[in-house]
Amino acid sequence: MIVAEKLSKYFGSKKVIQDVSVEVQRGAITSFIGPNGAGKSTLLSMVSRLLKQDDGIVYLDGKNVHKQKSKDLAKTIAILRQSNVVQMKLSVRELVSFGRFPYSSGKLTEEDEQKISEAIAYVNLEELEDKYLNELSGGQRQRAFIAMVLAQDTDYILLDEPLNNLDMKHAVQMMKLLRKLVEDFGKTILLVIHDINFASVYSDRIVAMKDGSIVAEGPTDDIIQSDVLKSIYDLDIDVHNISCNRICVYF
Amino acid sequence: MKLIYLVIATVLLAACSLFVGVENVTFTALWNMEAEAWNIVMISRLPRMLSIIMAGISLGICGLIMQQLTQNKFVSPTTAGTMDWARLGILVSLLFFTDASPILKMCIAAAFALFGTLLFMGILQRLKQKDTIFIPLVGIMLGNVVSSIATFFALKFDLVQNMSSWLQGDFSLIMEGRYELLYISVPLLFLAFLFANMFTVAGMGEDFATNLGLPYKYVVNVGLIIVAIITSVVILTVGTIPFLGLIVPNIVSMYRGDHLKKSIWHTGVLGALFLLVCDIAGRIIIYPYEISVGLMVGVIGTGIFLYMLLRRNTYA
Repeated sequence: MIVAEKLSKYFGSKKVIQDVSVEVQRGAITSFIGPNGAGKSTLLSMVSRLLKQDDGIVYLDGKNVHKQKSKDLAKTIAILRQSNVVQMKLSVRELVSFGRFPYSSGKLTEEDEQKISEAIAYVNLEELEDKYLNELSGGQRQRAFIAMVLAQDTDYILLDEPLNNLDMKHAVQMMKLLRKLVEDFGKTILLVIHDINFASVYSDRIVAMKDGSIVAEGPTDDIIQSDVLKSIYDLDIDVHNISCNRICVYF
Repeated sequence: MKLIYLVIATVLLAACSLFVGVENVTFTALWNMEAEAWNIVMISRLPRMLSIIMAGISLGICGLIMQQLTQNKFVSPTTAGTMDWARLGILVSLLFFTDASPILKMCIAAAFALFGTLLFMGILQRLKQKDTIFIPLVGIMLGNVVSSIATFFALKFDLVQNMSSWLQGDFSLIMEGRYELLYISVPLLFLAFLFANMFTVAGMGEDFATNLGLPYKYVVNVGLIIVAIITSVVILTVGTIPFLGLIVPNIVSMYRGDHLKKSIWHTGVLGALFLLVCDIAGRIIIYPYEISVGLMVGVIGTGIFLYMLLRRNTYA
């Protein structure tokens, strides 16, 4: 379980995160939603020790994140940031093998190779594994990065806008893949996501943020309500039940 | 291209290099154990050949490390100002530690080079505009400022002639007893090889590296220290050799990709091969005189560099 206690973060004199406390349950998809600049990405960065908070503590399975060895953490928690622009000429397989770095520091064992192949197969990139990343489409590249995170084999997976640059088909594929990870392997997934309908359909819990604070939090169905969404986005949003899913209409 | 072909070509050219020069040394003379022929080889030709090979490997790999760590294909010890800082360091050591041993000179030069490179990296982090071309321009400008400071003091203290010897790479003065400093780069190159995986991961950016549990700052610093020391050693013994650190890693990247583990030895060997070609050509073209290798590398390098730029445009 991830527990954040009274996290605060300043950039200069500007407070981007303000006394945020949140608990994330294991074996579920938790989506962080909210307008731009709400502090969602910053929160994820602090939870994954990429960024040091100015105040507060993050506990991962009961242990303070910033007091653990970075290398050990890399076996428990993985984060993928927003922009994965790669300047380098790396093949898909080379990228995915980075995921094994916490385990073998680059000297890949038989077991590592096995895990790499499995991860590549899981995202259906077997045929492209020797292609360079810059030869792939946006969706394929995104999947390659997901495969790397899979190879890292962590209990917790944090994804910052994983649907960026994906068309509808690939966005749906991506979310189904994440859902499958939770169901098949009991992974705990934290997402920053902008499309509330994707959040509504695929997540178990939703945390809504605004201006550096959490404004609403709970099971998906409790959050996807017209009045709650209005308070988050300042926008009139109709919520309809369509084939068992709660769909927001806000156009 | 297989590594073995590169190695064979390098060995062949290295052997040729032993027999090129004003003093005629023939294979039969060596075979018959003629003392004079052996003297020439041992005192002059062999040191020259060895220093070319070491300098070539070193500069190629230095360029590769810098390009990886800055995530920019146009950064090298020349374009990041590392070489200019090293020269300033040598000047300072000449001014204030007149009787400094070569090792001390190297240390001072390396300290300057490291400082300059760290400064460049610091500026790089603060830059809002991460344009590929803009970054090396900053480095070149910084390098020129440092270089002009060095020239000013050199003029003032009558050291211009000494200065110019490190401005232009030249192997003609290499003799037994004047190149051994270069051996310092050998263990450093092995260190670079051990770190190859980590440099590659670090090249993906700080967040990416931290996520994988890599101590990012430590790895970057190790890389920059290796680059600073090797660059200083090469400048002290051979002089400035432009372009090599820029083009050789780019050529290798085209056919080997950017995973350091796969490209590091190719880059090293191709660097040595390139420098051998330039040196031998420089010795033959106006025989019995010699064109300094710095000039040859500059001319041939510019050509290749232009070709690469134009080719890149047609594909992009």
